[in-house]
Amino acid sequence: MANPIISVKDLKKSYGDFQAVKGITFDVAEGEIFGLLGPNGAGKTTTLEIIETLRDKTSGQVTVAGLNIDSHANEIKQLIGVQLQASGYYPSLKLTELVDLFAGLYNMPTDALALLKSVGLEDKAGAKFKELSGGQKQRFSIASTLINKPKIIFLDEPTTGLDPQARRNLWDLIRDVRKMGATVVITTHYMDEAEQLCDRVAVMEGGKVIALDSPDALIDKLIASGFERKKEVKAANLEDVFLSLTGQEWRDDK
Amino acid sequence: MSEIKYNQYKAMLAIAKASFRSILRSPSAVVFTLVFPLIFIMVFGFLGGNGIRLDVAVSPVSDRQNEIFDTIVYNPAFNLIFDMNQQEQQVALQKGKIDAILEVKSFPSNSGKKYQVNLYTSLSSAEKGMISRSLLEHIVDRYNLRAAHVNEQMAELKPQLVQGRAFKTIDFILPGQLGFSLLSSGVFGTAFVFFNLRQTLVIKRFFATPIRKPFIVLGEALSRLVFSLLGAAFLLLLGHFVFGFTLIHGLTTFLMMLLLSAIGLIVFMGFGFVVSGIAKSESTIPPLANIVTLPQFLLSGTFFSIDNFPTWLQPICKALPLTYLNDAMRKVAFEGAGFAEIATPLLIIIGWGILIYAIAVKVFRWE
Repeated sequence: MANPIISVKDLKKSYGDFQAVKGITFDVAEGEIFGLLGPNGAGKTTTLEIIETLRDKTSGQVTVAGLNIDSHANEIKQLIGVQLQASGYYPSLKLTELVDLFAGLYNMPTDALALLKSVGLEDKAGAKFKELSGGQKQRFSIASTLINKPKIIFLDEPTTGLDPQARRNLWDLIRDVRKMGATVVITTHYMDEAEQLCDRVAVMEGGKVIALDSPDALIDKLIASGFERKKEVKAANLEDVFLSLTGQEWRDDK
Repeated sequence: MSEIKYNQYKAMLAIAKASFRSILRSPSAVVFTLVFPLIFIMVFGFLGGNGIRLDVAVSPVSDRQNEIFDTIVYNPAFNLIFDMNQQEQQVALQKGKIDAILEVKSFPSNSGKKYQVNLYTSLSSAEKGMISRSLLEHIVDRYNLRAAHVNEQMAELKPQLVQGRAFKTIDFILPGQLGFSLLSSGVFGTAFVFFNLRQTLVIKRFFATPIRKPFIVLGEALSRLVFSLLGAAFLLLLGHFVFGFTLIHGLTTFLMMLLLSAIGLIVFMGFGFVVSGIAKSESTIPPLANIVTLPQFLLSGTFFSIDNFPTWLQPICKALPLTYLNDAMRKVAFEGAGFAEIATPLLIIIGWGILIYAIAVKVFRWE
């Protein structure tokens, strides 16, 4: 890759005797949506949090936008937006007040209402964080990553626990973010999501990257090896049925 | 994109502002800092009136239409009670609920004496009964002297008020309540806030922004400081203007009290950091915080002077930081002490601060 925006070389992370990440190497190109896939415990979140400078690595080399994570953590934090798998906000603060908080934390004056509008939460501007539904909380969490107009956005399982409508709406939001010029790194264990969204994916298992390519190329490779699905695929699946029955609009109920 | 240098203080102020809003919306913070101390101050403020008040029941058979009775009515020391029958009066007097029963009798003008004042007192309220008696004796004597047309005095009593200010109950209670309010706000508030920030991963989300860790703590601490000082200012002003709490040099004393409050709060917050660091779960915070606050609540001269405690307890009282904060605040507010005069208590408080922050740095956890 000519000019990777993220470069990970032989990254290792141990917790005591347990090796969570066992020497992985990959690059992320500027402007792509890059997926880290894998079952629970594969090391996705650990890898992500090391790149986000939230966790120390044991060994290896990581650069983000040309900056070394060891020496330039604070500069990197100014360039990236981070949505954590689990994170909290002052529960009794209103959304506009929380946007003000993060605007201050990033030193970036922000039009709170415009930002909330971009994630479809303009109606909830005066609501407290604790009053939001799960999907709304995720959307707010993504909004908080956009405040510093980041070059790279990290999303750790953003759609886990959401209903099909909320999931699809988040996909649209993620595509919009990419259109604004940001690179997106996302972890998920929904393969349909990765197939829909990601330009390239790295599949992790047991702390190692076991495959790295575009979803299409990975599928073609599998078919070329003689794989066949056990059941004939119909032109639609149950999720299509569910969405056509219940509609695709954003749901704001809890 | 980051041509402008990142400003940690701006980020810190953003946290302070958000945290302050959060505190204002938390009922427990408001209750601990304002409502509790306010209730105690109100209770003691109204309880501890100025001067002495004698509850004297007027016998139903007493004559109330004469000059002696009028003189008694207008004496502010007497709180005359009219709505009791004779039997109730007897019972109340025996139980010490009233201090005396008064009965004024008038005689026809042609007989020798005009009035007879009967006073019934009991051992249940011996002291106040005595005072009632001497006050009445004084009134009766005045009438007797006038009747005898005595104008020359053999001796004169000239009472002179020596320098000294009336030390009111509020002057003792308010600094104690203020000190305790700072203690509970500092310990409970800080312990819960940092434990919850960690538990709900609010603090982890902060880590993903460019703010450095110490500024997160400073921001949170600043909001607690502002909130508690506003509370302190409110208690001081209310105490001063409603209950006559003495601020001897006015504004200067007021500002010195706020400065003492700030020093006290910062030290107490150190205890909060320690508690949040060693608490394993949310439910272990209250017992741990109570270990810090309750002994000081009882033994630091919050409600009564530590001189009242038995000698074996005094060394413990004299080891607690709140004792010295209370002591310093009383000296400043009432005696007008300057920093030189409160240097000893102040140094002990600061010593506690150094000790507790040394421990806090060791046990504080970010995750």
